[in-house]
Amino acid sequence: MAEIVIKNVAKSFGAFQALHALDMAIADQEFMVLLGASGCGKTTLLRIIAGLETPTQGEVWIGGRRVDHLPPRQRGISMVFQNYAVFPHLTVFENIAFGLRMQKMGQPEVERRVRRTAELMHIEQLLERYSGQLSGGQRQRVAVARALAMEPDVILMDEPLSNLDALLRLEMRAELKGVLAESKTTTIYVTHDQVEAMSLADRISVMNGGKIVQNDSPVEIYRNPAARFVGSFIGNPPMNFIPAKRTDNGRWAVAGLELDGPRTERELIEFAIRPEDVFPGEEGFVADVRVVEPLGAHTLVTCDVAGKPFRAVLESDRRVSPGETLKLMPAASRIRWFDLDTQTAIPA
Amino acid sequence: MTNKALPYLLLTPAILFLLVFFLYPFVQIAVLAFAGPEGFTLSHFQRMTSHWKFGTALANTLILTAIIVPVQLALALSMASIVTRLKTGRSTILYIFAIPLGLSDLAAGIIWLAIFEQSGFLNSLLVGLGLVERPVLFLGYQNIGWIFAAVIIAEIWRATAIMMVILVSGMGIIPKEYYEAAEVFGASRWQRFRKVTLPMLRPSLQTALILRTIAAFEVFAVVVALGGTTLPVLMGETYQWQFSLRDRSVAASYALVILAISIAATLVFLRLLRVPKEAKI
Repeated sequence: MAEIVIKNVAKSFGAFQALHALDMAIADQEFMVLLGASGCGKTTLLRIIAGLETPTQGEVWIGGRRVDHLPPRQRGISMVFQNYAVFPHLTVFENIAFGLRMQKMGQPEVERRVRRTAELMHIEQLLERYSGQLSGGQRQRVAVARALAMEPDVILMDEPLSNLDALLRLEMRAELKGVLAESKTTTIYVTHDQVEAMSLADRISVMNGGKIVQNDSPVEIYRNPAARFVGSFIGNPPMNFIPAKRTDNGRWAVAGLELDGPRTERELIEFAIRPEDVFPGEEGFVADVRVVEPLGAHTLVTCDVAGKPFRAVLESDRRVSPGETLKLMPAASRIRWFDLDTQTAIPA
Repeated sequence: MTNKALPYLLLTPAILFLLVFFLYPFVQIAVLAFAGPEGFTLSHFQRMTSHWKFGTALANTLILTAIIVPVQLALALSMASIVTRLKTGRSTILYIFAIPLGLSDLAAGIIWLAIFEQSGFLNSLLVGLGLVERPVLFLGYQNIGWIFAAVIIAEIWRATAIMMVILVSGMGIIPKEYYEAAEVFGASRWQRFRKVTLPMLRPSLQTALILRTIAAFEVFAVVVALGGTTLPVLMGETYQWQFSLRDRSVAASYALVILAISIAATLVFLRLLRVPKEAKI
């Protein structure tokens, strides 16, 4: 059992506040992804959990034990580094065995564990090689095998796929998910890649400016962003935002349309819709098409709505060309509203 | 002229310079050492080895090296590990450590002579504190052990910094991530030093050890300053045969002996600390 609890953890580097008093709980065997742009503090949080960074304040608990004063090796964790950190002077076998040797484990058990994890990661034929003779993808596999060989309660991963090319990343992503689910470890995975986050996570913590903006299941994060930042960060392309002016109680004027919305006293709020949730028809936003990008299954159309760029994802069998004017109707159930001051979602 | 030829062309003067002023004297010395009136001869070598001082000089040189270099290596490694970890004041400390490097070895010898001689600082201190009644003759010919110790201390004081500087720069290029990985996977501080620093430092260790060992085989001025001729060493004997005994052929033979043990030591270090091509970073 290794649930992880973060209590009131903050970290500053000199005058720079990297993390603002965070609280977080990760259940045993859960796959938690920390998602955010670079500099949002996600790697700092991971390194604090690993013990490679000391928090300025707060507590870290792993498996019911307070660990923030312990060195990394006493925390029952293992880690996969962004640049793999596969030791160049050791063979693949000795790299995978490194942690086991440090525990003074007997040679038969070391052999057994190294062979087993090497098979799991499909690198059993590379065991005698050095890291200089491996490709990036193979090094990545060694780094994961080294972490798994420890049979840890917790695996921490710091952007493990970011140095691989696109195709390899896709393949490794699926493989990692399978291997980690089987190993029954609690996983914390740091990435800036939202697709990676969505496809791997049981739960995603979206971070921005050293704070956790939303902590929820991937679908919930996508469908119901708790903050404007989440809507503008998640999704490719992200949500469209248009200012909304109050016309009546619960009625809002949005770029020439009058829509049902939240009953709030505010005069000006923001309307938001995902690009795939608008449909061309007889009525809707007047959209002047600027750029058309056919993507195969869909066509991405960038238009001007009320003088602002607006993106729509349309069926690819519909022919659209630049200069054309479309009427785009938002699907009522998919409309979200945001408060302009607090930048948070307003329940409809 | 192609661009490919240009670098070679630019290097030519330096290469010629080295060849003329290194290779030519080297050949001359070899000729001196091996040539007699009837052509090739080993008589100069026989004359050298049959002299009573040869064995002592060789033994003294090797013993001095065998003590000085390992002590310097241990000191340089610990100092470099500490300096590498410093966040501020690192270059100031490096400069301070490097001060003895700016002195010639003769000057270093004279400084330590001023400390150890009969009217030196050490004796003044001991007398002043009342620990001895009258000044002790540390560096007399009866006290060969003291002369040995004084030479070792002076050499360590003078030349440890060069090793340290090489090791500091070598440690600086080991990526931090390797240490973090070792730490996460359970290595203690000492284990990280043994399992990460030492193996990844092999190229710098090689350079530092080769430089220091060759220099230790050539120890001369410090020995002369502190021991005169009481403590014969190979380089001192070379000097004696060349300038006092006026036998250039035997001096040349000594020079070749020093060259031979230097090459041997270099080969040993190249072999011992070799990094296989596939294991490079």
